[in-house]
Amino acid sequence: MVQQLLFIVVAGAALWMAFRQFKRVRRNILLGKDVDIPGDFSQRLRNVLLVAFGQQKMFKNWLPAIFHLFIYVAFLITQIELIEIFVDGVFGVHRFFADKLGGIYTFVISFIEILSLLAFVATVIFLLRRNVLNIARFRKPELKGWPARDANFILLGEIILLVGIFSMNGADTLLQDIDPAHYTDTGNFAVSSWLGPALFGSMEQGALIVVERFGWWLHILTVLGFLVYLPYSKHLHIILAFPNTYFAPQQPRGEMENMPAIMNEVKSMMGLAPENPATDELPVFGANDVTQLSWKNLLDAYTCTECGRCTAACPANLTGKKLSPRKIMMDVRDRMEEIGKALDNGKAASAADYQDGKNLFDYISREEIHACTTCNACVEACPVMINPLDIILQLRRYEILTESAGPQDWLPMFNSMENSGSAWAMSVERDQWAKN
Amino acid sequence: MGKKLNDMSQFSIRTMAEMAAAGETPEIVFWVGCAGSYDARAQKVTLAFCRILHEAGISFAILGSEERCTGDPARRAGNEFVFQMLAIQNVETLNMYGVKKMVTACPHCFNTLKNEYPALGGHYDVVHHTQLLQQLINEGRIQMKEGGVFKGKKITYHDSCYLGRVNGVYEAPRAVLEALDADLTEMKRSRANGLCCGAGGAQMWKEDEPGDKRISVERAEEALATGARVIAVNCPFCLTMMTDGVKAKDKQDEVMVYDLSELILKSANLE
Ligand code: SF4
Ligand code: SF4
Repeated sequence: MVQQLLFIVVAGAALWMAFRQFKRVRRNILLGKDVDIPGDFSQRLRNVLLVAFGQQKMFKNWLPAIFHLFIYVAFLITQIELIEIFVDGVFGVHRFFADKLGGIYTFVISFIEILSLLAFVATVIFLLRRNVLNIARFRKPELKGWPARDANFILLGEIILLVGIFSMNGADTLLQDIDPAHYTDTGNFAVSSWLGPALFGSMEQGALIVVERFGWWLHILTVLGFLVYLPYSKHLHIILAFPNTYFAPQQPRGEMENMPAIMNEVKSMMGLAPENPATDELPVFGANDVTQLSWKNLLDAYTCTECGRCTAACPANLTGKKLSPRKIMMDVRDRMEEIGKALDNGKAASAADYQDGKNLFDYISREEIHACTTCNACVEACPVMINPLDIILQLRRYEILTESAGPQDWLPMFNSMENSGSAWAMSVERDQWAKN
Repeated sequence: MGKKLNDMSQFSIRTMAEMAAAGETPEIVFWVGCAGSYDARAQKVTLAFCRILHEAGISFAILGSEERCTGDPARRAGNEFVFQMLAIQNVETLNMYGVKKMVTACPHCFNTLKNEYPALGGHYDVVHHTQLLQQLINEGRIQMKEGGVFKGKKITYHDSCYLGRVNGVYEAPRAVLEALDADLTEMKRSRANGLCCGAGGAQMWKEDEPGDKRISVERAEEALATGARVIAVNCPFCLTMMTDGVKAKDKQDEVMVYDLSELILKSANLE
């Protein structure tokens, strides 16, 4: 009874906290500009199934892909067990589904156990990859501090979760022989039927009950902790990868979004369209803050797993330039969080009113955006279909169009294009090569 | 080759204006681009490609002085005004002539014409020259010499970002190389994982940002590591960058950088 009450209170509180956090994430994403993302439904579904659910893009590099798949499938399938934990927790019963499902139950839990074992191995390997092996993409400056700790927290959390599962099932296996009336026969689970006796075989009933309860609570508390922690973590991708791939733009990759306002202005300058009525307002082109990026750019930022596959493929980063597409995504998220916090603290009624004298350029330097070759390697590399390049290009547009700034080197090019229609200033005819 | 590459007495290159005045319509418009028009090295590619079109019996025209930069570097630098100025003029010109089909030897022009002009009212069927070359070879309109210059030679192919990763054209250029009977050796990063040459996004027109190395050198090192004596490219900017990279490694006497159309012209049976 005490456990039941405790469970309901703890689970309720955690779900409430998580709900509030997810609402905050949603609010922050909607700080972005409201844009329509055209797309074909069946293509969207295909992206969700193949890229998010099927992890297609992870398999460019199969070793981490396999290990990641272990953790991912174990995570998905453990949700089944979680349903039972909730039922047991709320109604104070024990292994509610065991006698109802019989052999299927044994099979499902065995399956979870095998995957959990694989996930355990994968997690240890991932901890080694992150902390011991010298893998370039985990050694970049933008990962120092919190992001590196975040990644380790999650991996440690995974290990704690697995310890919970195996303590619970292992002790339960032994208790089934001691007290079959309470501990329903589950059949032999693939792992805990031998791991249980091996670890806890020498224990008394009392101690076993403690271990079983410890495992049960550890499991559920880790899961609930995880849920509350997610919105603060790069681990949000386990949820947002789905909407993010669903809303992935479907226009040709090489098409930069047209700017109709400028197109019409130029057309009217050239006498091809009626003149626009003059306004006093200075137009803002491009983006210098998250509120001028699209909500999809912001969803991208929250979806980013900070894996660094983009940065590892970036020619600028590879050759020692400051640009790192992963850092672009992390900066956008940090700035969103900053504005979101100010709104939470009542510092402004809406993002539009909020002024702190800062903008995205306080996070992302000019040097970074100037180093981009628009090669799309980052876009190609991202396992969850994030587009860092789109953000870089919007910052460039702001710099050139709104600030009239940007690299000095580009001025002669712009001038020559305007004056002679060519990227280089030339004194000869464009088709001189064809004549002689 | 018998005939000199740029021997214009063999054939003349006509402009759309000339053709229209004569009441003719070309099969295809050859979009030359800024590099193809003005860069000394890229001009050779332009001429080689014209020669191939001529030999294959394709009636084509250029826009000549009516062609403007497509605006790609301006747009990617962030200068939408300049992009629109150029693009609108180009769309006007192309639509005035009723152009339907275009070929270009520059993947940046290819991308902008194909993917960005539709939003401005310019709808054309655009192919990259490597795609047209593949078609001409397949149709037997260009035939290779028996035991051509590159037979059995190690060649490596550099995927340009805007033909490859951005527009997904990986096979056509490789099929063209196959026709040379050469030994195509891939670099470690190829196709969708191909490494940029460093010129895109208007980098061609500015100094590099501070770093350890030029991107072109990084890519040239990778190309040189294949042991190939020829680096084949499909883009005038890659041509410049790879040539610079090879030079930076002091290998310019051993390793040549060529556009695919030059390789085809050197191996084609033009008698
Ligand atoms: S598009 Fe820009 S940021 Fe992305 S990989 Fe290429 S150079 Fe790096
Ligand atoms: S943008 Fe994509 S590839 Fe880059 S770090 Fe984030 S999740 Fe990884």
